Amino acid sequence: MPEKFDVIVVGAGPAGTSCAYTCAKNGLKVLLIERGEFPGAKNVMGGILYRKQMEEIIPEFWKEAPLERPVVEQRFWFLDKESMVTTSYKALEWGKEPFNNFTVLRAKFDKWFASKAVEQGAVLINETVVLECIVEDGKVVGVRTDRPDGDVYADVVVLADGVNSLLAKSLGFHKEWKPEEVALTVMEVMKLPKKVINERFNVNDDQGVSVEIFGDSTKGALGTAFLYTNKDSLNIGVGTTLSGMIKKKMKPYELLEYVKEHPMIKPYIDGAETEEYLAHLIPEGGYNSVPKLVGDGVIVTGDAAQLVNAIHREGSNMAMTSGRLAAETIMRAKESEDYSERTLDYYRTAIYDSFIGKDLKKYKDATHVFEENPQYFEQYIPLMNRAMGTFFTVDGTPKREKQSKIIKSFTGKNGRLGVAKDLYRAWRVVK
Amino acid sequence: MSLESISEGRGKKLNILVCVKQVPDTKIIKVNPKTNTLDRSSAPAILNPYDAHAVQEAVRLKEIHGGKVTVLSMGPPQAKEAIKKCVEIGADEGFLISDRRFAGADTLATSYALYKAVQKLMKQDGGIDLILCGKHAIDGDTGQTGPGIARRLLIPPLTNVIKVAEVNLEDRKIQVHRKIEDGYELIESAIPCLLTVEKEINEVEYSPLPNMLKAARYTPIVWTVDDLEDVDIKQLGLKGSPTIVGKMWPPAKSEGAQILAGDSREQVREAVSIMLQQRELFKVKGGERV
Repeated sequence: MPEKFDVIVVGAGPAGTSCAYTCAKNGLKVLLIERGEFPGAKNVMGGILYRKQMEEIIPEFWKEAPLERPVVEQRFWFLDKESMVTTSYKALEWGKEPFNNFTVLRAKFDKWFASKAVEQGAVLINETVVLECIVEDGKVVGVRTDRPDGDVYADVVVLADGVNSLLAKSLGFHKEWKPEEVALTVMEVMKLPKKVINERFNVNDDQGVSVEIFGDSTKGALGTAFLYTNKDSLNIGVGTTLSGMIKKKMKPYELLEYVKEHPMIKPYIDGAETEEYLAHLIPEGGYNSVPKLVGDGVIVTGDAAQLVNAIHREGSNMAMTSGRLAAETIMRAKESEDYSERTLDYYRTAIYDSFIGKDLKKYKDATHVFEENPQYFEQYIPLMNRAMGTFFTVDGTPKREKQSKIIKSFTGKNGRLGVAKDLYRAWRVVK
Repeated sequence: MSLESISEGRGKKLNILVCVKQVPDTKIIKVNPKTNTLDRSSAPAILNPYDAHAVQEAVRLKEIHGGKVTVLSMGPPQAKEAIKKCVEIGADEGFLISDRRFAGADTLATSYALYKAVQKLMKQDGGIDLILCGKHAIDGDTGQTGPGIARRLLIPPLTNVIKVAEVNLEDRKIQVHRKIEDGYELIESAIPCLLTVEKEINEVEYSPLPNMLKAARYTPIVWTVDDLEDVDIKQLGLKGSPTIVGKMWPPAKSEGAQILAGDSREQVREAVSIMLQQRELFKVKGGERV
């Protein structure tokens, strides 16, 4: 006789583990199923973990969790071939409790996080693939795993199975993602002594830096490269929309090699040794790509629900909050023993009322507009660099002449109206 | 401990004990080039692969004869994970002896400690019919602990077993195939006895979901030295270990090796003809012929 749980969570990433933790803590009987050898073994992100949403699940987690460094400085580089325009913000306050965000290595962090769910009473099984949801009378009542005697039942199944979410797809909640709805990111973890990192990034042992790199780092395609400091390694990676890779005929690992060899970036990673190579898809379709979120006996969370804010590179925090909201929804449903789509719809409302829905809505056209208008990444970043170069190169040209030359460089091709249009369009999508 | 007492009062079911070890995954472990020691942090800890086959065989025999599969291990607290893996395969129960006083043990001290735990288990379970071990642990490759336990229990050790052909609980006899250089030998032994098994003995199966759920919830029982009886502390851990590791280094990688095919006669013939053709193989360092 197959066992029945209150909740089965598929996938032990930030969304799934947050849900399992919250459910178990509130006394529900939870099964958390992970396909990897251990939670985190197959999980990938650039490496920034946000304090706020994690703290809502485990208060003061930083006292115990395996974190790398609290980020005290966020740098933004607008890169050309041999120059860059930069801006950054550094705050020592971010290096102290309660912190703002941290760099993490997911293999360590996710393992720890899942162990906390187990401490709360969740049952975790690894190396097990969920093949499909068991549907009876139109209701999801359990899952079928790839193991012998592999059926297991629950009142609610939470899908936290990541970007491709074959389970949500097979339920008809979404179609195959289009190339412009997903970004492909490749990254390396590169070993470098702590002391060298501290010197190169101008920080001490307990301070980290995040660098987001736009422009030539993706050869003008819509996307970013990034460089984050761990304790004694760096995360360096680059991602663009799948459609961007296709359009520019770029191979992801070649692009990463290009980034690593870039003369503005190379000095930071010089002498570092590659320890791990990772690649992953990121759902970046935004607001308009969010699939059906609930059905009878089923809830979709995290990447599986496209809950990523590509503009602010936020995803794990949205995953965590969605997992927590799913748990809260299930606890409410438990009171009335009613797990119908109508009851579980509380989750959908909660998502759209939270920062997740609001932020996704704010940027709902951003990816699309930038994708349709490559000039932002392809032209304006080099122009910005040339403008700065022109203005700050002391060559005897009067400053007023320089200014008009710079303005001409911007308006030459598209005219003043074209630039004004581009500025207005950019302002519209991020306003 | 005599042969009779270990199987005293045994009925028609098979009580099997499997001794297992948690080891670093030597497929990926790195050797620290400065100290020439294993960098254990570089590799995840796994259940010794040969031991997984031993547990699988015990589970198979239990399915045929009924009975119980108990697992025993010695190691640090995290070795509980290896025992849980055994429960995934189908073991009923698992015990870990874990104590700082066991630390630093070589095969002599390890087999003594495990022997003391086996004695306690025998009292609890009213006897053990078979003890199974992997042929060796992949971190040390010694293969001595299993026979060491058998010697202390005064039961026959049957090493390099590739098949359990028959278990006769009426006559208390077992027939197994032992791997030897040129094939295998079929031997018969009295029960109780101890087997060390090769990989060929079975395929470790993909564990059924109910086993996974059981293992996820299972907490192995941990015993310290004080939980065991009549223990001579001097025979435990580093103190009880006469082995001294003089030096360790990774073996030099030789190139251009040739693997000879055919049966052993053909291989010898081929090897001799190569040696006759390539006389320089017999030169010693100075260039002199031997």
